[in-house]
Amino acid sequence: MKTRKSMLSGWGQYPQQLTERLTPHSKRGISEYLAQSSALDDSPSLIARGLGRSYGDSALAEQVMQTEHLNHYMAFNADSGELECAAGVSFAELLAIFVPRGWFLPVTPGTKFVTVGGAIASDVHGKNHHVHGCFSQHVTQLTLALANGEVVTCSPDDKAELFRATCGGMGLTGVILQARFKLIPIESAYIQQRSYKSANLAETLALFEEHDSATYSVAWIDCLSTGDKLGRSLLMLGEHATDGELQAHRDSKLNVPLNMPGLLLNRYSIQAFNTLYYHKHTQTHAQSSLHYEPFFYPLDGIRNWNRLYGKNGFTQYQFVLPKSAGLEGMTCILKTIAESKRGSFLAVLKAFGEANDHYLSFPTEGYTLALDFKIDTTLFSFLEKLDRIVLDYGGRLYLTKDARMSEATFKQSYPEWQAFQEVRHQYGADRIFNSLQSQRLGL
Amino acid sequence: MKNILVIGATSAIAEQTIRLYAQQETNLLLLGRDEEKLQLICDDAKIRGAHEVNFLRLDVNDFDSHASILGEAYAKLGRIDLVLIAHGSLPNQQACQQQVSTTLRELNTNALSTISLLTLLANQMEQQGGGTLAVITSVAGDRGRQSNYVYGAAKGMLSIFLQGLRNRLYPKGVHVLDIKPGFVDTPMTADFPKGPLWAKPQAIANSIVKAVKRKRNTLYTPFFWRWIMLIIRNIPEFIFKKMKL
Repeated sequence: MKTRKSMLSGWGQYPQQLTERLTPHSKRGISEYLAQSSALDDSPSLIARGLGRSYGDSALAEQVMQTEHLNHYMAFNADSGELECAAGVSFAELLAIFVPRGWFLPVTPGTKFVTVGGAIASDVHGKNHHVHGCFSQHVTQLTLALANGEVVTCSPDDKAELFRATCGGMGLTGVILQARFKLIPIESAYIQQRSYKSANLAETLALFEEHDSATYSVAWIDCLSTGDKLGRSLLMLGEHATDGELQAHRDSKLNVPLNMPGLLLNRYSIQAFNTLYYHKHTQTHAQSSLHYEPFFYPLDGIRNWNRLYGKNGFTQYQFVLPKSAGLEGMTCILKTIAESKRGSFLAVLKAFGEANDHYLSFPTEGYTLALDFKIDTTLFSFLEKLDRIVLDYGGRLYLTKDARMSEATFKQSYPEWQAFQEVRHQYGADRIFNSLQSQRLGL
Repeated sequence: MKNILVIGATSAIAEQTIRLYAQQETNLLLLGRDEEKLQLICDDAKIRGAHEVNFLRLDVNDFDSHASILGEAYAKLGRIDLVLIAHGSLPNQQACQQQVSTTLRELNTNALSTISLLTLLANQMEQQGGGTLAVITSVAGDRGRQSNYVYGAAKGMLSIFLQGLRNRLYPKGVHVLDIKPGFVDTPMTADFPKGPLWAKPQAIANSIVKAVKRKRNTLYTPFFWRWIMLIIRNIPEFIFKKMKL
């Protein structure tokens, strides 16, 4: 197995770390490498890495094990839709093959450039969380290479605690090698979209409540509006269409070839964009049919869009607040953000359904908001201010987006972290599977 | 429905090419040494859309088995529309210089085994009066260089053999394609530092499928190798011999 050492970062381009990249060619290669490495007295920290779409430092370590060569399909049951594939298969590749045959992902995040292994490790959610939960809830079995190289399978019924730790476990239990999960049948590659415009936050949350039976729902929120317009949003609802072709997406041609000057996205350009975007939708209620690509993956159309934030990078701040704290807590946070004049180009609000029982899975019933912030010298002290509000209202941050939260914040808001650690310890995972993030969070 | 035979099916370029043909709902028969990997590729190709995929074990250096395994292949597929030969190894040039047996073994793997298979396949193709023989050689076969002339000699021998075969089979409607990849990021080249000239096996596979369809004679892939090799072939020998290539 050839190794290369180079500077590596997550999608947010912050932080950067000199990393040795391992690119094993097979499951056996991974297993043999782990057996050797774990036998060393001072084995370097190692973490699996798929397409590197987690924003911060969760897929950074002294060594990362890239899963790009684990890209085979093992079995597909065309009656039940159950698919077994290797962990390095990306959602984009999967859709290209299965959409034309009438199948879709049960849950998808806002980019299709994630791997199956990454989706499980992050326990990703999508616009249908309130009805279908996280991706891992559709996983019936997964295969994992443990620290000593041993390959085991686990499921909700078999080695359940290992399964619960691995789903949402940020790669800290082992290297996910393959998974079995159920695709959902579709009749069309198109989505019937309805959109609603709200004048303020109370209206926005009421709209979520009113439309909680919609399969897909998400709101874009204007985070720079203030006063009685605070929290004005566009709510988008979607259902799989029943007519239209079963045509997969095409590869995008647009690309951001290099880092843009950091000044490009500033307070004024972001405010202008937000105002225009809100007023682009003149009616309070509209209906249209669009392909799954722009509905689920609007940003995938521009490759390397993360470079728009410049070379210092950016971080995505995504938190969830319990339902009971919804309006009051969100109002408090939105006010703080609007006052700071730190606009986020894209701010996305979504209502979550019930939490699952995976130890470190992020979603809990309530409201989640995701905001992108360009990194500058004063950002982190501002985010700590937000952290305190989030904690006060009983919320927490999404590990997949995180690059900077403190150990205390993490341990207070993820009460099952000790149970998670016990499972890691039991399987010897804590000896070698460590990321910059896990070290920062005291795991 | 196309019937395709792939020899050296576990090679990275072959595997990617198999995926593309699988999506065209073809019948595939895969030959190779590593049965575990063949099974993996076979299952994968089926799910990607292949009409039928099977595999047989073949060690290309077991020359005596060639006729019987190709016979089995014909029995399984009936007519064969396309044969892709992709097996090969990258010799350690230093080791070849130290050991005659190493040099001969590498020549067997990279040239003679393929020539043996092609001799048998060419007669079948001639008889059926059509089809395509696509063989992966290398840009290294265009000129001998001190850093890997054993590999270069083997691939060069293949290219000349293919020229003759093309000339012979043209009137019978059999298409002979010589595929000359440059640097490709595969397990075979895992120990090399990679630079901007390196291509992914997916890209090579795409160009192979196109070249087969367009009945090209020689495919340099990626395309810029045609121009690089044009220059390299035209450097006068009295200069070339002083260069460190």
